[in-house]
Amino acid sequence: MQKLIIGIAASLFSTIALAGDDTRVVLDDPLKTGIFSYHQKLILGDPARIRFDDRVVVKAPASAEDSLNVPVLVDATAIPNVKRIVMFVDYGPIPKILTFYPEKADAKLSFRFKIDQATPVRAAVETRDGAWHVGHTIIDAAGGGCTAPALAYASDDWEEELGKVHASIWPDRGRVRMVVDHPMDTGLAGDIPVFIIENLQLDDSSGTKLARIELHEPVNEDPAFTLYFAKGKLKDQIRIHGRDNNGNEIDAIARAPVTQ
Amino acid sequence: MRNISRRTAVAGLASTTAAMAFQPAAFAAAKKIYDLVPIKVADGIWMIEGATEYFTQDNGGAIVNCTLIETSAGLVVIDTGPSLRYGVALRNAIAQLSTLGVAAVINTHHHPDHFFGNQVFNQIPIYALEETRKLAETEGDAFSDNMYRLLGDWMRGTEVTPPNKAIASSSLSIGEREFLIYPLEGHTSSDLAILDKKTGTLIAGDLAFLDRAPTTPHANIAKWKESLQQLKAVDAAGIVPGHGIFDRAGNSLNQTTAYLEWLDQSLRTSVTEGLDMVEALESSIPEEFLAMGAMPQEFQRSVAHLYPDLEREILPLTNR
Repeated sequence: MQKLIIGIAASLFSTIALAGDDTRVVLDDPLKTGIFSYHQKLILGDPARIRFDDRVVVKAPASAEDSLNVPVLVDATAIPNVKRIVMFVDYGPIPKILTFYPEKADAKLSFRFKIDQATPVRAAVETRDGAWHVGHTIIDAAGGGCTAPALAYASDDWEEELGKVHASIWPDRGRVRMVVDHPMDTGLAGDIPVFIIENLQLDDSSGTKLARIELHEPVNEDPAFTLYFAKGKLKDQIRIHGRDNNGNEIDAIARAPVTQ
Repeated sequence: MRNISRRTAVAGLASTTAAMAFQPAAFAAAKKIYDLVPIKVADGIWMIEGATEYFTQDNGGAIVNCTLIETSAGLVVIDTGPSLRYGVALRNAIAQLSTLGVAAVINTHHHPDHFFGNQVFNQIPIYALEETRKLAETEGDAFSDNMYRLLGDWMRGTEVTPPNKAIASSSLSIGEREFLIYPLEGHTSSDLAILDKKTGTLIAGDLAFLDRAPTTPHANIAKWKESLQQLKAVDAAGIVPGHGIFDRAGNSLNQTTAYLEWLDQSLRTSVTEGLDMVEALESSIPEEFLAMGAMPQEFQRSVAHLYPDLEREILPLTNR
């Protein structure tokens, strides 16, 4: 079994090496991590127009206090017409964290992820004209976040919590905050297969799509997001729905706090 | 950071070769030596005062207060520091305090800066609450990984040595000196405070901090505040806080209570306003707390420790 894995890993590696050798746009990575061009090709699909851009702001603590819950805020609101934001790390067993489609939301998102080692975190922002803008921050970490079993399994009732959504909206401040209970198993912890939420979508009460997030394994256990909207765009409630890779449905209605 | 690791490498090389003579200055600067001085705080009681900082390559993790108490059987050592090397330095620094040597060790809780010097004392009783002993066993290795990462060569040779004797009674008598035992919690799930009956000195462990920001990786704020109330009722003549200078007026208990109240309130407000952790990290900190050692780093660490649970508590469930 181990040999097989090594074999697969080796063949995968050689594919990557070939793939990364020739990107259509050759960038001078300010962080010089040596791996960015691979991600440029394999995660972003080797775009014809791509550059590093200071208008993509990625904020996170300089050091990960809890490698299972590293908070990140990406803000690309200085760039008009954002189609999607792809978040990934340079170093980690599963580099891609999530893709955010802002739709009616601001091009800004807060989330948490599991970090496996010290690494740059990159935000690649695609605009509607197909151009990519890349920003980053660097996070130091003790590591191990991706290979530890979910904490949920320490309790017997995790299945009852599965898919529960803790959330509120603040229409006057254009803000949605949500925490969705889910183990988000990476498949890298012993004998536990991949078990993750794949898709979360926000709709307004008339069913119009407000925003969508595609999640991958590195998103933290019990994914937590803040989404940002222009004032007046959010009404009194929104629908949050999605599903995980085992077909479990998530469906919730978030409202403004009663005190407002 | 890079400079220091290179310096460490140079020192390592120098010590194993005759090259020492070629770089005497660099070698001296790279020597990692703890300078521990016992300060007398009461009759037969000394403390070794730690830096009010976070772990750094400069302080070698000597950020904790250790207490030495004289008894007719020898010294009682309360908390033993962050490393084997600290334990050795501690043993040497206190040798002059008693001809009888060390009779027993007590660990106030299972955090690495308080018990990683135990290795030096593994032939004598090392007391702690039973829960602390268990936690030191289960979490010790993970602490050790992180301490080696943060402190590097300072940690060389350090092996996790959990306490070997559980305290189950409400008092402890060592060499005719009587101690009252307070099994409390809040800083961790098992915090021991010890009152020396002879002098009324309270060794509070990390339930009390003074002019150094309290740490919260395993904290339960509500229980911590209850424990502080109990310690105030003790009305001690003097307090050795876990971190910070000797406290003759009870300031450490009041300051720690005030900080925990502000911290809890600040984080709850951030959750209630829908802020993400990264936004909560940018909260303004009152001047009185910003002036404490290890700030704003400890506040930032606390956001990481406490925010996820507060969100689950405060944000309403919304499933259809």
